[in-house]
Amino acid sequence: MAEATMNYDEAISKFDPVLGLEVHVELGTNTKMFCGCSTVFGAPPNTQVCPVCLGLPGALPTLNKIGVESAIRIGLALNCQIAEWCRFARKNYFYPDMPKNFQTSQYDEPIAFEGYLDVEIDTDEGRKTFRVPIERAHMEEDTGKNSHVGGATGRIHGADYSLVDYNRAGIPLIEIVTKPITGTGKYAPEVAKAYVAALRDILRGLGVSDVKMEQGSLRCDVNLSLRETPESKLGTRSETKNVNSLRSVERAVRYEVTRHAARLAGGESIVQETRHWHEDTGISTSGRPKSDAEDYRYFPEPDLLPIAPSREWVEELRASLPENPAVRRARLVADWGLSEIDMNTVINSGALDLIVEAVDAGVDPAAARKWWTGELSRIANDRGIELEELPVTPAHLKRLEELISAGSLNDKLARQALEGVIAGEGDIDEIVKARGLAVVSDDGPLLAAIDEALAADPAVAETIKSGKLAAAGSVVGAVMKATRGQADAARVRELLFEKLGVSE
Amino acid sequence: MSGISQEDVAHLAHLARINIPSSELGHYAQQLDAILNAVAEVSSLDTANVAAMSHPVPMTNVFREDIPGVSLTAEQALSGAPAVEDERFRVPRILDEE
Repeated sequence: MAEATMNYDEAISKFDPVLGLEVHVELGTNTKMFCGCSTVFGAPPNTQVCPVCLGLPGALPTLNKIGVESAIRIGLALNCQIAEWCRFARKNYFYPDMPKNFQTSQYDEPIAFEGYLDVEIDTDEGRKTFRVPIERAHMEEDTGKNSHVGGATGRIHGADYSLVDYNRAGIPLIEIVTKPITGTGKYAPEVAKAYVAALRDILRGLGVSDVKMEQGSLRCDVNLSLRETPESKLGTRSETKNVNSLRSVERAVRYEVTRHAARLAGGESIVQETRHWHEDTGISTSGRPKSDAEDYRYFPEPDLLPIAPSREWVEELRASLPENPAVRRARLVADWGLSEIDMNTVINSGALDLIVEAVDAGVDPAAARKWWTGELSRIANDRGIELEELPVTPAHLKRLEELISAGSLNDKLARQALEGVIAGEGDIDEIVKARGLAVVSDDGPLLAAIDEALAADPAVAETIKSGKLAAAGSVVGAVMKATRGQADAARVRELLFEKLGVSE
Repeated sequence: MSGISQEDVAHLAHLARINIPSSELGHYAQQLDAILNAVAEVSSLDTANVAAMSHPVPMTNVFREDIPGVSLTAEQALSGAPAVEDERFRVPRILDEE
């Protein structure tokens, strides 16, 4: 049931919001964190399990080196310090999706701590940077997947029983926790969204995860509290789970601000609890109260040895980090001479890396951008796939651009050549040859086609001669059609005007 | 004195999902108290120069390469399950009716 809320602007005029964000990212390792089971998504249930991840008696965990390395790289990319020595801990609780009855996690010795991430948002005073302080990033493991049977909704409430698939149990997770984020004022929702977006870009850049929020490989919990003034002590917070899109992060913060404000203004207190976000209705509902579940009785994991990353190893990993996405973006905007709006289009279409690759291969930046954000985005969109799933390579674009600048292909023919690439007809030259794609550069056939077009529409010549040059379009169109798109439209226009004795 | 109360025992029993009749809470409180007191004798030693130890083996950084190994089949994995449906472990209702 929806609770009372206060208008957002009014809420912000009365209270100061404090944010906290917990992000879980599923690593893209080949195997689980503590055993050699595969992590490939979509396998039949309970086929990627073994005694370790099923919690069978006597099974012993073995630590995935890439899991640890990824955690360190993430920590470094978030400007964290890397622990010189740390351990895993057991977090004890019972839940059917966790067969060991404890989660192997890290408690008071996270592998990375004390970092920050700068994020940019648009404010009334222009673009502004907020520094989000990061408390820690630690290693842990995912749980299995429950599906609930019976009841009206297929949800856990009212279910008769549940079925558990442990394929996901034990997949490496990194939990990244911010410190309380203060000083955002009314921009709390935008800062929260910008932080998760920036984090996603960094994780993608590191290549440690596919960071697909919709598939659950990046999951966000939003903590929010209000206080009367920035000088007051922190208020009681709520923790909203299941916030699984960038848009929802922004909406969930906004909603919780309005809900807390209504309660506090009405003299009620905030219950410290876990809440569930509902994407469809845009509200959160109360889950379990926090107090009951907090007694996890952490203790050091006896079956795993401590991790003591040597400083040489850490520095080696630091040196291998990719350029920070925000820095890279600024550099490319300058190099390519783009506006911020152009750059946003590039980034939103998911074309940035593809354009960089094409430019590195020698394609002109403007041309690479045109193809990837234009025709190729349209095709990917039509097919419901990601741009990078198209079989188009930088080499294809390079050859295409060479043919266009040599005048042997026009845009329309180039698009047909790309269609051929996507249909798997071979490389550009093969397709051009097989499909007979070539601009007709000889004036003879063009003049013949112009004569035909004029004969088919006798009035049009007079119209053009009378000064209505726009009427030329229909003639050019007819010629293009007659030549199956293989004419150079500008040349057709020139020839037409010469013939009719008009000038542009 | 550690002072384990009957409430502590009831709380621990709940966390461990052990059903202890309330008539026996006092009995266990006494026993746990005795055990903790016995262990607490260690505190009388001077350990100022002894590093805390969580593992008996002085090793660190023992890693496994990220290469898939052999998993169980679903049939093997489910062979010990009290109830199975759709190749999944079937478990009782998770949340009680409200």
